Amino acid sequence: MTTNDIENIEVDLLLEAIYRRYGYDFRSYARASIDRRVRQFLSSKRIQVISELIPRVLRDEEMFSELVQYFSIPVTEMFRDPFVYRAIREKVVSLLKTYPFVRIWHAGCASGEEVYSLAIVLAEEGLYDRATVFATDFNDHALENAKEGIYPADRIKEFTRSYQEAGGTGSFSEYYHARYDSAVMNTALKKRITFASHNLVADHVFGEMHLVFCRNVLIYFNRELQNRALRLFTDSLIRGGFLCLGTKEDLQFSEVADEYEAVDLKARIYRKKVG
Amino acid sequence: MRIVPAKRLTDALSPPANELQECPYAAVVVGGSAGGMEALSILLAPLPADYPLSVLVAQHLHKSDDEYFARHLDARVSLHVTEARDKEAAEPGRVYVAPADYHLLVERGGTLALSIDPKVNWARPSIDVLFESAARAWADALIGVILSGANEDGAQGMRLIRDLGGRAIAQDPSTAEYAVMPQAAISIARLDIVLPPEAIGDLLVKIALGKMKIHNRLESGNMENNR
Repeated sequence: MTTNDIENIEVDLLLEAIYRRYGYDFRSYARASIDRRVRQFLSSKRIQVISELIPRVLRDEEMFSELVQYFSIPVTEMFRDPFVYRAIREKVVSLLKTYPFVRIWHAGCASGEEVYSLAIVLAEEGLYDRATVFATDFNDHALENAKEGIYPADRIKEFTRSYQEAGGTGSFSEYYHARYDSAVMNTALKKRITFASHNLVADHVFGEMHLVFCRNVLIYFNRELQNRALRLFTDSLIRGGFLCLGTKEDLQFSEVADEYEAVDLKARIYRKKVG
Repeated sequence: MRIVPAKRLTDALSPPANELQECPYAAVVVGGSAGGMEALSILLAPLPADYPLSVLVAQHLHKSDDEYFARHLDARVSLHVTEARDKEAAEPGRVYVAPADYHLLVERGGTLALSIDPKVNWARPSIDVLFESAARAWADALIGVILSGANEDGAQGMRLIRDLGGRAIAQDPSTAEYAVMPQAAISIARLDIVLPPEAIGDLLVKIALGKMKIHNRLESGNMENNR
């Protein structure tokens, strides 16, 4: 057996240990990314062999919570893929406006950049005051950051450009104020957002939604877990509700494919069938 | 395995004692950056549509690429070229290109995976990310090729490919529009098969016919990780 094969066993054992000790289940995550992150964590801790990490994670909760941060490195930006937000403005908002109130679930919101992007779109389209946005993530640390809504000022230029490409009707600077080297998102944008801990691996549906927004989360799951998450979204959506996935994720090979029709294939926006 | 001291291409190739019945390799991974696109189309040109290996490409692209690169390449070579899709199985005779702004990884078992993890070597897709995961998935059944580029992405990946028993080829820096990338791989991964893109293409065809194995003569320099 090669070192390479042995390391594969070691990662299996590590994930099993985490599951049995802490209840977090990463066994159904896309493995190549988990492998990378375990290796990055090892080198940050100057640990040589993956096996050596197992007893430390089992006996040291602090070590575990640091490792979980590595497993869920939030990587997102405001208005990532601007055309998606443009499609939401043009193809989704008008239908959502026909409801007296709108409930939106942003699953896997990480550090929150995209939930504020969505809030800005809703505000500019006159829908925000009737909306309730549930922004969830399993990573409590990321949720805290999302709730604070403070982002490095050096990213504002990029965010502003994407805001404009996404069809922004105002000026992006209206939505934050500068503080030292940071941009703090306006409180008004937060008032309809509820940040909550939710784990797509283990938790259940918590309400009826008109729109489920979950981008670049499913690529980190294996097929089985992808189907579980998609089933949750489908059970939670009203008939005629919308689902928006990442631009490289799709329903085509999933178990729920037949339950949706495409609204905008490029933007990966689907609508749950009415019939 | 017989180690042949190789000074020229013909030395790097060796017909095995009992001629091989089938190709010992499953996949080729190719990495490129500035100047890599042109080299890549030259390299892929001689590969026939029924080429028995999968070809995976990480080429640094602007994030506005919008599948242009894959379509452009598809129009120019015999193999069918597409953007890699998440959870798709890598099939022989196909070229999979990492989408702009996503890393492409390979799962053990040969399934493709995408991620939006932070940039590596200022790049997404990163060549190292593809090469390192492919090395773990395919071990000694993998061939890595590094082409023109202006940074050092891919050098660590090439080293891991060699450490895990795969084979590694660099574009001859003197033929590369930007020599930094192949040069870095040559020195960090101690590569000794260094060829112009046309010859790399020809070599990949010969290997696939099962008549040849390639040998990297120099040790990768990191034997503790070796089999």
